Amino acid sequence: MIKRSFIGLSKPRLAYGSLEDTPSLKQIPASKEVTLLADCPFDKKNLLFKKKAVVKTGQKLLLYKESDEYVVSSVTGEVSSISSYTGDFGRSYTAIAIEVAGDEEIDNEFKSATGGSKDASLAIIKNFLAFAPGNPPVKLFSNKDKPINTIVVCCADSDLLITTNQYIVKSDIDAIKNGISILKTVTGVNDIIMAASRSQMSELSATCEKVNQVNDTYPSALPHLIMKDILGKMVPAGKNPEDIGVCFISAEAVASIGNAFSSGQIPVTKIFTLLNKDGSNSLVSARIGTPASDIFKAFNITLNENDRIIFGGPMTGSSVYSEDHPVQPDTDAIIVQDKKDIPVISDYPCTNCGDCIRVCPANIQINLLVRFLEAGQYEAAADQYDLYSCIECGLCSYVCVSEMPIFQYIRSAKYELGRANTAEATNG
Amino acid sequence: MADNNMVDNNMADNNKFIVSHAPFWHDGSRISLRNYNMALAALPAILFGIYYYGMQAVGVVSLSISTAIIWEFIFCRVTKRSNTIGDGNAAIIGMLLGMLLPATAPWWFVIIGTFVAIIIGKQIFGGIGANPFNPVAVAVAILMLSWENVFDFNEALINYDFDFAMVYPLAALKHFGVSAVDSFSIGNLLMGKQSGGIGSTFGLGLIAGGIYLIIRGIIRWEISISFLAGIIITSLIFNITDPARYAGPAVHLFAGYTLIGAFFLATEDSSSPVNFIPMLIYGAGAGFLTVLIRNIGFYVDGVIFAILIMNLVNPLIDKIRPKAIGKVVENA
Repeated sequence: MIKRSFIGLSKPRLAYGSLEDTPSLKQIPASKEVTLLADCPFDKKNLLFKKKAVVKTGQKLLLYKESDEYVVSSVTGEVSSISSYTGDFGRSYTAIAIEVAGDEEIDNEFKSATGGSKDASLAIIKNFLAFAPGNPPVKLFSNKDKPINTIVVCCADSDLLITTNQYIVKSDIDAIKNGISILKTVTGVNDIIMAASRSQMSELSATCEKVNQVNDTYPSALPHLIMKDILGKMVPAGKNPEDIGVCFISAEAVASIGNAFSSGQIPVTKIFTLLNKDGSNSLVSARIGTPASDIFKAFNITLNENDRIIFGGPMTGSSVYSEDHPVQPDTDAIIVQDKKDIPVISDYPCTNCGDCIRVCPANIQINLLVRFLEAGQYEAAADQYDLYSCIECGLCSYVCVSEMPIFQYIRSAKYELGRANTAEATNG
Repeated sequence: MADNNMVDNNMADNNKFIVSHAPFWHDGSRISLRNYNMALAALPAILFGIYYYGMQAVGVVSLSISTAIIWEFIFCRVTKRSNTIGDGNAAIIGMLLGMLLPATAPWWFVIIGTFVAIIIGKQIFGGIGANPFNPVAVAVAILMLSWENVFDFNEALINYDFDFAMVYPLAALKHFGVSAVDSFSIGNLLMGKQSGGIGSTFGLGLIAGGIYLIIRGIIRWEISISFLAGIIITSLIFNITDPARYAGPAVHLFAGYTLIGAFFLATEDSSSPVNFIPMLIYGAGAGFLTVLIRNIGFYVDGVIFAILIMNLVNPLIDKIRPKAIGKVVENA
């Protein structure tokens, strides 16, 4: 954990980790069972396949009738259970557990649909690659209401300690090149912008695309700040970059697209950073759906009562309540925190010290905002104190002298307001 | 999460983990840490006061700190709130109050002072972070208005015999004009060779403490610097218009409560602004008012009242704020 420096005049400097040389990748052996989480609520009646269904590696599993949600099996085996899973803020997922069989068979549907890189089309990407490592934002490419005119390829990792994208840039630049040329042809977007850290600039010049440097301190690589600093565009409060025609895609997702077409297989392994309790980190490659416990076993990590498992980075990730939580296509890091390293959260009020104001990249009056949020006055917070301008970097909670969970207040306020608005819209 | 079936396979022998929200790191700053650092920064000035005024000063400061903590404890008990004396805020309030009092302050005076500071200045508004005025300034203002003679430093400290002119420079200035403060050189003022509060005369110590707090980022340099700048500029203007009646910036800067006000009182978190421009306005305004009260007002020292007045306008001036990113001004 990075603590504040003795000299407190400067803002906390949270430097992104940078990979000097290509580190070795630890391969996690196949698990007994993998779990795939599909981003749609469980609906037993409309299921298109049943328990005991046999699946092959790389096979697309369409979930429900009249829905185009699917997952891609990362292993060969037999579906052992289909159930509902509730994530953060009540989001419901369908969890598909697959028991792994001994021999691996590769599914051919994707190969026969493509034939090679030349036949790449938007429909194929949309129909097969949504579950590829890095989660390519396939729905954004084909959204007629919000046409995309710029694609930003994030080669820098957005949260601290994560090195997934950097590793891909170092090890698989050809796949990125291939992916970019495919993206250009299928989307018709020629404005491709690469956002990279300083150390990546020379490596990326090989792609012959526009490479722009992002600052090497957090939170410069978050999409909203890339929009502001590199593209010079202001995303209106409460909107996303895609609302103004800019689509963000990670280098890993681009490489997945490139690799899928060049090999004729949907990639099924995810690369992520594992951070041990002692702060040592390693790059890991595992099948999508591998339970975290298998990864801990491979690294001899023992977990005790009241430790914390975090999926994602230290500033924006989310903690999970089970050792068996599976690796997802967008899991860029798994962090294990020891009980004694978990910072306290207090119920102290804001003392108006102003540290959050000076650190906030979005210029929000957090000292006032948080008073409204504590009182549950979410609408006033949104109307007067710029709740929706928050770009969710988490720095306010990080520096808070009162150790308030400010970021959580902001997120739950946005969630509650969103729910209230949906209820209003549906009930008239 | 009731409908989660995913983990029921081997739940029985599983550990329970802490599930909380991002961010999972904290920079380690704490309220108590800030307050202890503040105590550390104030220590040179207090030690100096004790060196000059002896056990009486020890008595006043100790009584002030301890009764402030006791008042806070009693209030938390009575209102059935969780005990907050551990955060050090009550101790700091008591300590600053002790620093402003003369060494001869009687015991009941100190206890009333801490009562006003903790209960009326801070707790009835909702405790730490909710006080609109600096609690110490509230207490000193009420004490000053109620028992004027205790705060007459010349009279109070008459029994002390030092090797320097034991005169309260601001009172001398008020009553006898500029010629009366000619004997005070900047060096003497900085070294505390003047009469005044226990911890408010040793300019060098206060400046060192202030610089320490600024470097640690515990107080906002914008407020301290603009406060001092406000005092210098305003007193310079007065001095230029009539050098015979109004003293120059040096006296105003190093006498009375100016330095303790700049580094320890005006910078109190909850009653001061947080944005850059408002901080400058707040500090400069307090400095301006201080000299105004000293030069043409009724009171000998204006720091306390100037800070209270600026506390009052703080919410208003803190509305001058940078635009949040992505903010769309509607109907503009």
